[in-house]
Amino acid sequence: MNSGTPETRSMTHPLDSREGLSQLPSGTVLMNRYQIQDVVGIGGMGSVYRARDLHFPNVLKLVAVKEMINSAPDPLVRKTIVQNFEREANILVTLNHPAIPKIFDFFTFEERSYLVLEFINGLDLEAILKRSPEPIREDQMIIWAIEICDVLEYLHNHKPEPIIFRDVKPSNIMINQQNHVVVVDFGIAKVFKFGQKGTMIGTEGYSPPEQYRGEATPQTDVYALGATMHHLLTHRDPRLEAPFSFADRPIRSINSAVSPELELIVKTALQYKPEERFPTAAAMRDSLVLLAKKTGALSRVNSGSLLMKEQTVKPVWQFAFEDEIRGSATIERGILYAGAYDNNLYALDATKGQFLWKYPVNGGVISKPLIAEGQLLFGSEDGKLYSLQPATGRKNWEFTTGAPIRSSPKYSEGHVFFGSDDKNFYAVNITTNRKSWAIPTEGAIRSTPFLGTDLLYFGCESNEFVCADFRGQVKWRFWTKRPVTSSPIVAEGIVYFASLDGIFYALDAKSGWVVWRFRMGKGSISSPSISNDYVFVGSADGYIYCVERASAREIWRFKTDHQVSGSPLVYKDAIYCGSADGNFYCIDIKSGRQRWKYTTGGPITGTPTALNDVIYIGSADHNMYAFMA
Amino acid sequence: MAKFLEKLFKKDVQKKTHVDMIQTTPLTEEQLHPAGANQMTIRPAQLIIGCGQSVGLQRDHNEDALFTLTSVIADGHGDHPFGLVIVADGMGGHRNGEIASGVSARAVAKLVLNKIYSHFLDYQETPIDESIQEILEDSINEAQKAVVHYAPGGGTTLTIGLILGEQVTIGHVGDSRAYFIYSDGRLQKLTKDHSLVQRMVDLEEITEAEAMVHPQKNVLLKAIGQPEPFRPDIQTHQLPHGGKLLLCSDGLWGVVSELDIFRIINSEKDPILICNHLVEAANEAGGPDNISVILVDFSGI
Repeated sequence: MNSGTPETRSMTHPLDSREGLSQLPSGTVLMNRYQIQDVVGIGGMGSVYRARDLHFPNVLKLVAVKEMINSAPDPLVRKTIVQNFEREANILVTLNHPAIPKIFDFFTFEERSYLVLEFINGLDLEAILKRSPEPIREDQMIIWAIEICDVLEYLHNHKPEPIIFRDVKPSNIMINQQNHVVVVDFGIAKVFKFGQKGTMIGTEGYSPPEQYRGEATPQTDVYALGATMHHLLTHRDPRLEAPFSFADRPIRSINSAVSPELELIVKTALQYKPEERFPTAAAMRDSLVLLAKKTGALSRVNSGSLLMKEQTVKPVWQFAFEDEIRGSATIERGILYAGAYDNNLYALDATKGQFLWKYPVNGGVISKPLIAEGQLLFGSEDGKLYSLQPATGRKNWEFTTGAPIRSSPKYSEGHVFFGSDDKNFYAVNITTNRKSWAIPTEGAIRSTPFLGTDLLYFGCESNEFVCADFRGQVKWRFWTKRPVTSSPIVAEGIVYFASLDGIFYALDAKSGWVVWRFRMGKGSISSPSISNDYVFVGSADGYIYCVERASAREIWRFKTDHQVSGSPLVYKDAIYCGSADGNFYCIDIKSGRQRWKYTTGGPITGTPTALNDVIYIGSADHNMYAFMA
Repeated sequence: MAKFLEKLFKKDVQKKTHVDMIQTTPLTEEQLHPAGANQMTIRPAQLIIGCGQSVGLQRDHNEDALFTLTSVIADGHGDHPFGLVIVADGMGGHRNGEIASGVSARAVAKLVLNKIYSHFLDYQETPIDESIQEILEDSINEAQKAVVHYAPGGGTTLTIGLILGEQVTIGHVGDSRAYFIYSDGRLQKLTKDHSLVQRMVDLEEITEAEAMVHPQKNVLLKAIGQPEPFRPDIQTHQLPHGGKLLLCSDGLWGVVSELDIFRIINSEKDPILICNHLVEAANEAGGPDNISVILVDFSGI
């Protein structure tokens, strides 16, 4: 095969590059960032690797790196393929669903394009079926199928263009450690499948008749899901049978443990004519939910798939303190610091939840500890602010105020700022351990200050809200009708805080003018948090509110079963918040719908802390919990 | 204490030298122009407002109304720039269109000046117990009452910009528009047209381009003077640093593209001349409707 002429060279190019299909050796670092550890899968276009993200040197953050090798002989086609890849990757980046792996990055290097995704620790359904001599049990099949319908519905309703998955099959559905469905291998890989069988994509055996004519509609995915369920419930691989012959193999003739209802649902999904199938994935899910309720096989399922997910959420670890945890945790260098009503400040290993040390004081600790300039600072009900060595818990110094400290300390320019129940707001120099100044107010200060570049803000139990500069000069005061325990937050010249008078305020940060007021059902001591154009706050009326910052318009409200005195945490695309009903909630930031909840044994009043996809929250049931985000 | 003060001071000085030393990618011409214009720190912070109006080339009378006011009070408490700008585009038979736009602008200005501007003239500076957004909504309700009373059957759009310090609150009904022009070369539409075509665009029935030439592009879904109750859109934004606020009736945006609007604004420094050029551009494009334009330049904010 001598490639003498340009024609023959281009003819043989695919073969040449096939020789170059070598896998990346472990240890290879892509983009100075992703260190290849192992090959976890081989696809038609290249390999899938497990890699470590070196941007997180202190923790092991794993990602999946999917490699697609561009073997098109023609440079123009190659270029088009890379363009298509980038276009599809840009669409996938915008997807936001718990059953779709997040895309972190993509790039093209020479003839290889890479997609960096969330690493899913689990097995695909084909592997699960292979390991089991028995078909999948009906209960389990229904749960998974509902979740698959859920994600298909999400994709089909994608704007501006619906996304048709086109390749639903057992090997493209992963089950993660929490027993949830994650769909993998999006259309992205298919842009590299040039010239194979025309435009046909999808896997034989699972694809419906119309897909062979090049059509793809939501019913295409419904059919493929039916085919997948048929395979899992019968253990009979459709790729080994004649095409579209499911009707010849009724499920119950092979596996009599399956209910006639479920058989009917699968049969409906597998109708030859698209119009005789479920019109949408949502319709199929509704039938599955209805069946689950009716047979009682899934008493846990009561209103759709979202509720089921909460049941299976489990903490990564939990650690019991000796009394209630009312405050929030701080994490630094792998150590979690948190106080409790048992008069101790605890240090735990944040990854394992193991006890490292505790430091006893003379009162409960409800403020959030602070790490600044190599010191661990926290206030206590005993009226003192303590400074410890973060690694060992040995005391550096203490500063005494006249009453309990419930306000959490904040740091700026060599000073720690906090309020006390003795009605003073303090600035303490952390090198000399001396007070630089104090602002006297009319009431206890339990609100944690917000420190801006020129000004700082805090609320008082005496119904006042104070703005001061860093010399301790009050710039303006604002009076509400009830105490302000909520801690303020400032963004784009507006300061936001809630009051026990039932109003959520937005004031001009420079002048204190009221820009808007948002009325809640009851008073609030919850502290707001912000994500882009929205601000989130809890209230004693039991709701967590999402309010548009510019217009004060309510976007959604989420109902809990008791007062929300803790503060919502925005982390990635979700809100995490505890309630006095004892539940810890994960809420979708866009829709305001619950993703999961975890029930603890007591009210939750603290604010969650997040680091590296782990969320930490304490409960009055004495436990500190760590959850996967 | 002295040490603490010193530290604060030092920080400021360090910051400045630091900024000077930062190396950045070369700026585009567009970025350089406004950046150069704003290099000088202007104290006290103030607003420079220009406006322009024309009956257009195809109508025989003007049914648009505009209002502008700018003021500064600077004392020991700090700078308080204040600005109020209003564009109203009237419609209706007889003279009802021009009455509707005129009384609306007056009603809004009257209430806002009574409740907010008078606060600056009050030496005690007693706090206002209403929020800025509530006051602006009340003023729009006053405009509604005035139109029903003085111009029954008439209607008007109403777009208001109320600037207090670094924040601008926009009140809006109808299809006049407010835009931010950023110094880095972006034009951002702040208001959403309450029009049939905008609704169709939202429902993805037609495209933005189709909306511009749609036969029903003049049909409003919300206007001051309509018999059914409505809620105005009220929103507050931080002023873009070194940027501008543009208010205009559809006599401008309907015939001059956003790109051309942006180009004209950046071709000149004086807001009055800019408004003049914008009006000329609308007339050069045929001037099918009344044209009203207000440009607010935030200097030193």
